[in-house]
Amino acid sequence: MHGPHSADLSSSTQNLPRRDVLKMAGAGLAVLTLVPFEASATPESTLAAIKKLIGSKAPKQSRIKINLLDIAENGSTVPMTVHVESPMSEADYVKSVHLFADGNPLPDIGSFNLGPHNGKAQISVRIRLAKTQHIVAVAEMSNGETFIARRKIKITIGGCGG
Amino acid sequence: MAKINIKPRVRVPRSVKKGDVFEVKTLVFHKMESGQRVNKKTAKKIPRNILNRFVVTYNGKEVLDAVWQPGLSANPYMAFFLVAEESGPLVFTWTDDNKETYKKQVMLKVQ
Repeated sequence: MHGPHSADLSSSTQNLPRRDVLKMAGAGLAVLTLVPFEASATPESTLAAIKKLIGSKAPKQSRIKINLLDIAENGSTVPMTVHVESPMSEADYVKSVHLFADGNPLPDIGSFNLGPHNGKAQISVRIRLAKTQHIVAVAEMSNGETFIARRKIKITIGGCGG
Repeated sequence: MAKINIKPRVRVPRSVKKGDVFEVKTLVFHKMESGQRVNKKTAKKIPRNILNRFVVTYNGKEVLDAVWQPGLSANPYMAFFLVAEESGPLVFTWTDDNKETYKKQVMLKVQ
């Protein structure tokens, strides 16, 4: 470390990329406990996660709706509901719904495989969110079409640990 | 790792009419350790242990297959819909990262 004064340390790390700061933190236990996350997902890494699940299709922005609070005081349990407009018949149904959070340490929330036996393409879960961010929901239909919705949520207290 | 008591709770309507669409609500107790938290005393990461799979069968047929990620909250709640066909068992299976499985069965009455 650079000196006994904490002020010195903070000024010396100010211009470093976050990754280097974290490497330094490996040496200093006190800093490590202050930085609970290695990195956070970004809208780009969320897109990559979506691509991994649905391939390179371009989802349309319709038919899927996210029901979510605008502001949540506590990010550790945030209720949300996703609804996809679909007849849910044998010929036309929602195959799966994928949920993502673009500001969490890991963007994936979950994947839910449905079928005509579900009758209604709607699922409710409780999620945890580290900070203010966007929730992304992607639906895959039985005919290969994909739909996407994005919604912002403000978090007062993060909920991923630390 | 030892099995923990996740106290699975499932709510379905007392009885449904054939062809009706009804909601199934489920709740279990589980810490859903995300693998991101750091033990402040040892400065080591607490290993991830979440319920990563949730499968529901109705009369032996799979009706929901969910892959859960650390983004779900502790004590995960999940609700979804089903079409009533015949009276019979709904079997809910949760699997955690240590490959322990937890099962709960509920009988559905269809009129």
